[in-house]
Amino acid sequence: MPVNLDTYLGVHAAALKLRSQRTEVLAANLANADTPNYQARDIDFKSALAAVGAQSAGAGGGVHLATTRAGHIGATTVDGTTTPELKYRTPLAPSLDGNTVDAQLEQAAFAENSVRYQATLTFLSSKFRGLLTAITGQ
Amino acid sequence: MSSFKIFDVAGSGMSAQSVRLNATASNLANADSVSGDPNQVYRARHPLFEAVRAGLGENAATSGVKVRGIVENQAAPSARYEPGNPLADANGYVYAPNVNAVEEMVDMISASRSYQNNVEVMNTAKEMMLATLRLGQ
Repeated sequence: MPVNLDTYLGVHAAALKLRSQRTEVLAANLANADTPNYQARDIDFKSALAAVGAQSAGAGGGVHLATTRAGHIGATTVDGTTTPELKYRTPLAPSLDGNTVDAQLEQAAFAENSVRYQATLTFLSSKFRGLLTAITGQ
Repeated sequence: MSSFKIFDVAGSGMSAQSVRLNATASNLANADSVSGDPNQVYRARHPLFEAVRAGLGENAATSGVKVRGIVENQAAPSARYEPGNPLADANGYVYAPNVNAVEEMVDMISASRSYQNNVEVMNTAKEMMLATLRLGQ
């Protein structure tokens, strides 16, 4: 059976890319914490990952997980052209200068995102280790 | 690689906050620089921040912050009757800058916390990238 590396890595390669994009968006929110009229933005990770999955499923080729329900996430291939949809955060409290950045909330989201990024890295790392074990046969 | 943009974003935030700290330092240092002419007296300065867009359209991400300019506080300077002051005008008044020390201190703390936030973001991004470089080892 020929092994497609993208298929083998599954959803994790796309997840890693999305996580790094989300890091960037959250960093921009924190950098603009004092900018008047700046509106905080974020990526809806679940729907963005589902969109990447739908795109690769439509392109055909490779093995895909069956997605029979709305909540299911298909195994994906990495696509360099996708840009996830950026959404605006709903502010918890209005501020006089029109800024909707809640620094504490953004910090929490940033920390959560970086931990999940490292979790994805661990998944990828163990995938590579598994492949190496298969190659060397030891 | 797009992760390098995080350094630009956090760097622009740090640079903007340091401009703000500079303005605060200048305001506090000049809080007592009186003058005999109300038009010549020092006025409190504050930077104006603006978000930088990475592209056009609704879906464009923000790629940092820039200082659009420094504005001077237009509030009238307070006049003090000090006929003994060598800077006093013909009526014996000197004019003090419209610097509010309490506001400046609050601004200073806010700027320093925001700066620290950006440093933390940069550190985390760096660790994430280093971990990515070690992938598969």
